[in-house]
Amino acid sequence: MNLTLKVWRQDGPEDKGRLETHQLSGVTGDMSFLEMMDVLNDKIIREGGDPVVFDHDCREGICGMCSMFINGEAHGPGRGVTTCQLHMRSFKDGDTITIEPWRASAFPVVKDLAVDRSAFDRVIQAGGYVSVNTSGETLDANAIPIPKADADEAFNAATCIGCGACVATCKNASAMLFVSAKVSQFALLPQGQPERKRRVTRMVEQMDKEGFGNCTNTGACAVECPKGIDLSNIARMNRDFLSSSLTGE
Amino acid sequence: MLDSKTPQGPLADQWTNHKNNIRLVNPANKRLIDVIVVGTGLAGSSAAASLAEMGYNVKAFCFQDSPRRAHSIAAQGGINAAKNYQNDGDSVHRLFYDTVKGGDYRSREANVHRLAEVSTSIIDQCVAQGVPFAREYGGLLDNRSFGGVQVSRTFYAKGQTGQQLLLGAYSALSRQISKGKVKMYNRHEMMDVVIVDGKARGIIARNLVTGEIERHSAHAVVLASGGYGNVFFLSTNAMGSNVSAAWKAHKKGAYMANPCFTQIHPTCIPVSGHYQSKLTLMSESLRNDGRIWVPAKAEDAEAVRKGTLKPTDIKEEDRDYYLERRYPAFGNLVPRDVASRAAKERCDAGFGVNDTGEAVFLDYASAIERYGKTEANVMNLENPSDEKVRELGKAVVKAKYGNLFDMYRQITDDNPYETPMKIYPAVHYTMGGLWVDYNLMTTVPGLYAAGEANFSDHGANRLGASALMQGLADGYFVLPYTIGDYLADDIRTGAIANDTPEFMEAEAAVKDRLEKFIGNDGDTPVDDFHRRLGRIMWNNCGMARNREDLTQAIEDISALRDEFYAKVRVPGKLNGYNPELDKAGRVADLLELGELMCKDALEREESCGGHFREEHQTEEGEALRRDDEFTFVSAWEHKGAPKDAELHKEDLVYDNIELKQRSYK
Repeated sequence: MNLTLKVWRQDGPEDKGRLETHQLSGVTGDMSFLEMMDVLNDKIIREGGDPVVFDHDCREGICGMCSMFINGEAHGPGRGVTTCQLHMRSFKDGDTITIEPWRASAFPVVKDLAVDRSAFDRVIQAGGYVSVNTSGETLDANAIPIPKADADEAFNAATCIGCGACVATCKNASAMLFVSAKVSQFALLPQGQPERKRRVTRMVEQMDKEGFGNCTNTGACAVECPKGIDLSNIARMNRDFLSSSLTGE
Repeated sequence: MLDSKTPQGPLADQWTNHKNNIRLVNPANKRLIDVIVVGTGLAGSSAAASLAEMGYNVKAFCFQDSPRRAHSIAAQGGINAAKNYQNDGDSVHRLFYDTVKGGDYRSREANVHRLAEVSTSIIDQCVAQGVPFAREYGGLLDNRSFGGVQVSRTFYAKGQTGQQLLLGAYSALSRQISKGKVKMYNRHEMMDVVIVDGKARGIIARNLVTGEIERHSAHAVVLASGGYGNVFFLSTNAMGSNVSAAWKAHKKGAYMANPCFTQIHPTCIPVSGHYQSKLTLMSESLRNDGRIWVPAKAEDAEAVRKGTLKPTDIKEEDRDYYLERRYPAFGNLVPRDVASRAAKERCDAGFGVNDTGEAVFLDYASAIERYGKTEANVMNLENPSDEKVRELGKAVVKAKYGNLFDMYRQITDDNPYETPMKIYPAVHYTMGGLWVDYNLMTTVPGLYAAGEANFSDHGANRLGASALMQGLADGYFVLPYTIGDYLADDIRTGAIANDTPEFMEAEAAVKDRLEKFIGNDGDTPVDDFHRRLGRIMWNNCGMARNREDLTQAIEDISALRDEFYAKVRVPGKLNGYNPELDKAGRVADLLELGELMCKDALEREESCGGHFREEHQTEEGEALRRDDEFTFVSAWEHKGAPKDAELHKEDLVYDNIELKQRSYK
């Protein structure tokens, strides 16, 4: 198929940036979106140009590195997929596709379509862990039975890949879905209880400090989340946050 | 002859005795010692977190935008541990035995036994960190089976076990970053290792965003930079996975061990076109319940390839479940190398089932029916309709493997609940890597290698769910102990200066190399050369190898390397974010590694595990080892061109296991 691509180009965080138009032919439906970008870059390099920079690594939907805003949607059309798992059969011959980076002040553009998501790392560093040393001298793994339903729900929350589609999608650039997924994973497990209050307080504080916006419950984040992280996590985090504010931890 | 420094004494006591006898560094002195960790996958993250907890000052580096994205994240199926929760006869000894046998008797007994011993601590540790493993209704941990074993010892979190374990290690790492004990360098790539007075004392790194070259000094350097499967271009590795850190170490004196030992994973989604950038694995756990087959009649295979016959219309008696036929004891759960070769054998014989002729079926129909019947019994349904049974069965399969089925559908546009999946072997893992002794130290003092980057535990073939086990064992429980024995000599050394001539020279060499790439007057993109290298490797150093092809490949790679330096075009600037420049450096190193792999494969005149030399096979087409001549590790010393590398041997001694021809029949 033949496509018209409007691709965001930006030299760095200070550059203003602009959309650049490319015509691309020879795209087939079995290509992934990123393979289509490879074809574009191959063409640009052979023509002596500067290829489009985009983040990607595993190309199987799990590392969370790829991050494109395609035709106004995080990770493009289709639900439950990352950009690398989006295939060109979702488009048709003659389509115009607009490709932009995640847009959020907490995610400054590094170059072109690549953004800096280290704010997410700092939120995790603020408390997204269980404080246990890695000695291996802990309880036997089966010492505390965990109801399957709790374990499954903790797992569901823990499948967040930290891609940032939630932030990119939210009109307020809120990171509530990301933060609440990590808070929930530990809140649902016995191992997370000792630090439960301290964790939620500190992670929310750091989230605010990074400049993410507030949550206004529109739910767009959960719609675009490639891993289907549920909105109920946000409710759980709000409850935990309120309760730890009231009990002074 | 290389000295593995394996401790004396009975196998089962070696690790305990070694830990009791090696030197320690006291807490106050640890604060005076710096350690660099390159790579933040399971081995790197766990090592960095553990070393920092113990008190060392750690600098950790990853090329991704966050340590959480290292490729361990993509591991699907699970992690082995000798917990024997299923009461099916598992034990440390059995895990040890299975691993040595699975590796076709080419791994070091002492290392493998230690791995089996610490495996149980890994599960305890991960659960304590809040890793949400799959559980049964009773609240206890669930297990499943993997290839090459007859017990259920694999712990898992759906098809995302690597993700959950890495996020566990990443959270431990994040905790240390927040304390300032680990300084994390994201989007940084190691460009060289710096040797001072014969010891590894630091690295040259490049800030990939600004292009700045940095000199980092330390008392020891740990490479946890992963494997080199991307030498084949198409593999299940991430796009950024590369050999460069290990290769730079090799060029600075670290021996490369068994580089030709490559794991070709039997269950991957087949290649669909020229543009393809990577291959996707379908977890081995699918072989627990899926049955692998091709049509028994050549004309049926032909019709399937043409699209005139649907696989679901082929009668049971016209199907060849070739793994069950050839290996009745292990059936679909034979080790990976055996399953891959069997698929190739059927496809070469003309029974392949997609238009390239390189695919076999992985079928869930009987599992869906079996699970459906069980569910119907549980629900007390009398005489349920076939449709109802299938519905119930599909729900069970969805709960177990849902994300993998979704992934398959996404990539192929086929519904695996209704029609069998098509799969074919693909490069997945490299058992070879930097040679390390029992302490995980390379032949360069102070330079360590952990995880897939070293060669130590898997011999000539890795069993499923053992990579995660090894990465975390090395990082959490082995290296943090053994490194102290070396660092005990450094308590009075003081900070290592990073402006000595050795650092300045290494930095200058790195800058010079990068400038040459940017200044090169070529017209061909890096990927073009990478793809061509991959084809040479796959065709000549892949699932089956022979003298003639390997000899030719060595010449072809050498010629391709010359062409690369003459014709490659690297666009963009030196100072700034330039992924094409990063790629050029990595491909340049792969172009050297590939040649050494072929040389290694050529000189190993036997078949073992994933290394199959057509000249050496049994009458039934199985790998034929030559124990009298080849029971050793090949460790290569760099001497200029890769083909001029010098061979050193570490003899493998089996005191506790009898060497046998592997049989899974």
